[in-house]
Amino acid sequence: MERNLMKGNEALAEAAIRAGCKCFFGYPITPQTEISAYLAKNMAKSGGVFLQAESEVAAINMVLGAASTGVRAMTSSSSPGVSLKSEGVSYIAGSDLPCVIINVQRGGPGLGGIQPSQADYWQATRALGHGDYQLLVYAPSSVQEMVDKVTLAFDMADKYRMPAMILADGLLGQMMEPVTFPEKKTEFVEKPWATTGHGGKREHNIVNSLYLNPALLEKSIRDRFERYAEIKANHTEAELYLTEDADVVVTAYGATARVAKSAVNLARAEGIKAGLFRPITLWPFPEKEINEAVKNAKVILDVEMSMGQMIEDVKLATNCSKPVEFYGRTGGVIPTPAEVLEQIKKCAAK
Amino acid sequence: MNYDILLAGFGGQGILFAGKILAYSGLMADKEVSWLPSYGPEMRGGTCNCSVCISEQPIGSPLVVNPNVLVVMNTPSLEKFIDKVQPGGIVIVDSSMVDIKVERTDVKVCYVPATELTTGDPQLKGGANIILIGKLLAETKMFTEEIFKKALEKVVPPKKAFLIDNNLKAIKIGMEYNC
Repeated sequence: MERNLMKGNEALAEAAIRAGCKCFFGYPITPQTEISAYLAKNMAKSGGVFLQAESEVAAINMVLGAASTGVRAMTSSSSPGVSLKSEGVSYIAGSDLPCVIINVQRGGPGLGGIQPSQADYWQATRALGHGDYQLLVYAPSSVQEMVDKVTLAFDMADKYRMPAMILADGLLGQMMEPVTFPEKKTEFVEKPWATTGHGGKREHNIVNSLYLNPALLEKSIRDRFERYAEIKANHTEAELYLTEDADVVVTAYGATARVAKSAVNLARAEGIKAGLFRPITLWPFPEKEINEAVKNAKVILDVEMSMGQMIEDVKLATNCSKPVEFYGRTGGVIPTPAEVLEQIKKCAAK
Repeated sequence: MNYDILLAGFGGQGILFAGKILAYSGLMADKEVSWLPSYGPEMRGGTCNCSVCISEQPIGSPLVVNPNVLVVMNTPSLEKFIDKVQPGGIVIVDSSMVDIKVERTDVKVCYVPATELTTGDPQLKGGANIILIGKLLAETKMFTEEIFKKALEKVVPPKKAFLIDNNLKAIKIGMEYNC
């Protein structure tokens, strides 16, 4: 297959078109604007709609409308813009609608900065909006995974009737790497619930998130959580790198995992038994996989581009069975392999 | 050989393009490659740099902190990055734009008056970046001219095919320049 050299943002946009995304609504923000720019140029060629909305709030509500008709719809933004979308995301989840949401994270809080960050982990995995619900969250670590995971996100969102998020960051969005596009066609499922017009031939469909009767609302939530349980049981993903004999297991996701992998290689070259655990699904967090990865470890070193958010899932998933140390850079500063190596050495010396 | 390349200068000097052509050359040579721009809010002007990794192994961090190849096209960039270059590394300087000399003795420095070399020839307009890449190829034997040509053909859109010859002319000047 031909290797193309593409920016993460552009490769993701191309993959969305190939996955059958027919509606994109967005509003520009650095460092994800190449997604909008690419789709503005190419979406119409595939018979889809690109629309630059008047705001992030409008864009996510357009996604709600498009998704309710059964088409594959996507929106994209970066941290401050994703915050604005939170109400709409909650409504989409409450309406059991599939869609894909991209967050190419930058430094926060507030307008923050425009350099890469991972400070939206809690937002993505805990509470992007109010109410009892989850997003399916994928954390790519390469341009190739930007492609692979957006394709998967569309399939999974449709299958489980829920919003799926790609949680990337400015580094993955801006960097170019070789990438190939899979031949595999995406899996379209029937959507008998879609509001497509019925011509009097069937009962009308209703897409709605309002249930004034608590018993009915509770039932809708419990039904949704049954689907979540199925995803938890079957669809976690993680990469384990040199963890089998590792004394120090570094946990990191996304761009930080690349830095951590370089650091693990440097540590190995110095005779330190280090390994890397990289969650690919952040929700659901790969519990089985992390426990496998750390079974022989003496200490876990969690590394993030934040003040420490995923570390809570690391502790929860391992039930605090091993000590967990933390190293983070934040505000748009990218940790270097040398910095992480130093932390690995400290952990190994304990 | 693994190359951690940092290219730096002012916006508009073709820093990102020079990095891109190196990354594409790596792709044509079946290497692992990555290209990462520094990105800022400005549309033009300002300082600009980009990291390019070319490796036999999968690339971890694409951010080059300690380059073994530094290409600089202005004085502030040389001042900012010269201490970061790995001992034994190569530094290519556009000496028409940089008015200081490198004091380190543990790196190899090539001063090429690339911007001056482009003056008077419309075919070379804006080609100083590529002249420096030519010097880099001559010094490191990173890629053959043939690979570079293939990469150019991939990067330059068909509508602008005349740019291929212009770039090849620039690369030759750089490769043959003795400093």
